[in-house]
Amino acid sequence: MAGGFAEAGADLELVGITKRFPGFTAIEELNLTIPAGSFFALLGPSGCGKTTTLRLVAGLEDPTAGRILIGGKDVTTTKPYQRPVNTVFQSYALFPHMTVLENVAFGLKRRRIADPLGKAHEALRLVELDHVAQRKPAQLSGGQQQRVALARAVVNRPALLLLDEPLGALDLKLRRQMQIELKDIQSDVGLTFLHVTHDQEEAMTMADTVAVMNKGQIEQMGAPEELYELPKTAFVANFLGQSNLFTGTVTNSGKESIIVDVAGTKIEVPRERAQRHAGEVTIGVRPEKLMLHTSAPKPTPGTNVIGPGRVNDVSFSGVSTQYSVTVPKLGNVIVFAQNMVFGPVVNDGAEVWLAWTVDHGFGLLDDPADGPRFEPDTDTKSIAVQRREKLEEELEEA
Amino acid sequence: MIGRFFSRYTIWIYAVLAFVFLLIPIAYTIVFSFNDSRRTNISWRGFTLDNWVYLCDEQGVCQSFLNSVIVGLVATLLATTLGTMIAIALVRYRFRFRAATTLLLFLPMATPEIVLGTGLAAEFLTAGIPKGALTVILAHTMFCISFVVVTVRARVASLDPAMEEAGRDLYASPGQVFMRVTFPLLLPGIIAAALLSFALSFDDFIITNFNSGPFTTFPKYLYTAAAKGMPAEANVVASAVFFIAIIAVVVSQLSAAARRKRLAKQ
Repeated sequence: MAGGFAEAGADLELVGITKRFPGFTAIEELNLTIPAGSFFALLGPSGCGKTTTLRLVAGLEDPTAGRILIGGKDVTTTKPYQRPVNTVFQSYALFPHMTVLENVAFGLKRRRIADPLGKAHEALRLVELDHVAQRKPAQLSGGQQQRVALARAVVNRPALLLLDEPLGALDLKLRRQMQIELKDIQSDVGLTFLHVTHDQEEAMTMADTVAVMNKGQIEQMGAPEELYELPKTAFVANFLGQSNLFTGTVTNSGKESIIVDVAGTKIEVPRERAQRHAGEVTIGVRPEKLMLHTSAPKPTPGTNVIGPGRVNDVSFSGVSTQYSVTVPKLGNVIVFAQNMVFGPVVNDGAEVWLAWTVDHGFGLLDDPADGPRFEPDTDTKSIAVQRREKLEEELEEA
Repeated sequence: MIGRFFSRYTIWIYAVLAFVFLLIPIAYTIVFSFNDSRRTNISWRGFTLDNWVYLCDEQGVCQSFLNSVIVGLVATLLATTLGTMIAIALVRYRFRFRAATTLLLFLPMATPEIVLGTGLAAEFLTAGIPKGALTVILAHTMFCISFVVVTVRARVASLDPAMEEAGRDLYASPGQVFMRVTFPLLLPGIIAAALLSFALSFDDFIITNFNSGPFTTFPKYLYTAAAKGMPAEANVVASAVFFIAIIAVVVSQLSAAARRKRLAKQ
């Protein structure tokens, strides 16, 4: 399995993966299938369990429960060096005592693959760094080190390549450049990429499929456009871009759409874009879908109108302008407007109405203020472990 | 006028005084290694190379020096190997009594040598081990381990665990990860620890004196010789050690500078 090059990328399947550390649960019952050849992004805030997931797949951690399958083969109990998986580490983890070439050839030599140096040179040409092959990693810039780390992983032709926030340490411009390069390399070599990041823009521009992870579970998974246009939970709606969310009661559940009464204002949402069709629901709309009106627009079918409200903040950002509007009883609403004319359309303090096409609204599965998903781990054994570790630390300090 | 002179040259005066103070004993030793000493090597009787040329003719000088080198090398090898393993264990693994182990490792460094020496002597007597080269090596290994652990541990702590993980990820077995990643990265610390161990072992007199029996190391030989008048050959050995150390330092500095230059050129 780890004896030769992978012919192509392989499926990754996680079945009921749970990972508990003493005193807290990092991942709970995670089920995930990543098809071969895809560029898959795990997106989530720090501490959501995404890096733990990656380390489990690499074999650097053992799951508490569940199975990991690569290309249909169960690898749950195998060691990291026995898995057809390579990782690009967040800190790159290049070996400082070896040259760039030796770093890249390291994996090939361990597997006794013929002509390791030739293949290493080839991989370095792929990332356009063959001219620095004889240097030590410390003599390279951050972006170059990142590319060496990528070459060192890709050269082994793993069935699955894991990327642990590899662009985190780069500045914005270099990041953009590397995002494009990574994407090119992925389509060139046809491997399965699993990319872990907390940067939603990075995930959306690079991945075919994005899974948004929160508190050890996947909230929603799909193509970037799909996730953005039709978020299913409040977390996704707010983590992936910004959203205006309103909570109200469904007053009319029709065939085509549902009507939600939000503090006296009736808002219509297409039935198929709403996750729930009765009772208390939370609905939302993206800020760029909203239109600002300085006078009350005529009610037209297929359009939602709220207002009047008062503009309390205008911030100009070149391409667009962000307006913050306070609507009585509905709260603060954010509007992004393209700068079609010079400067802002309305000023601070102006009275405005907000309108959007019914088709742009979405209805969520949960409420914005959901409680914590994980109960504290009160298993006596894990408490005992925690106590002991704490005690040991205290002893150490003493 | 005088005030200005002092404020300008104070640091130079201090520096020169400090160096004179530090170097006089060494200079004295080197100069008197060329003394035509005959019975006592206290007053200058004229220049000669005989002490250097007929070094081993003096009873015990070469033998004790050789003994010290052998004891130093063996004790260094043992202490560095064991100490490195302990250091890695202390940083990388959590186990029962880890904190206690750390504390206990400091004890040999803090304990007066005379206490260690007598304690060991009593221990060897009880255990029925005859005093000689073996007991000296055991004693030296024991007190060197603490210094090795402290030196290497700092290096292990600064080692990014991701390095070893990268090794495992790149198809290296645990043994290969150690030989190709961990060990080379720890090497500067291990070398420093080994040099320190050798210096401590080569220098040691008190513990050796209690545990050597008839076995003579160089410091012990000097101590005995001093009682009946130090032979000039002792100065020769001391000077030789000094020159070897200086040459080693200069060579390593020059090669490091050359390496830096070569890297900068690329």
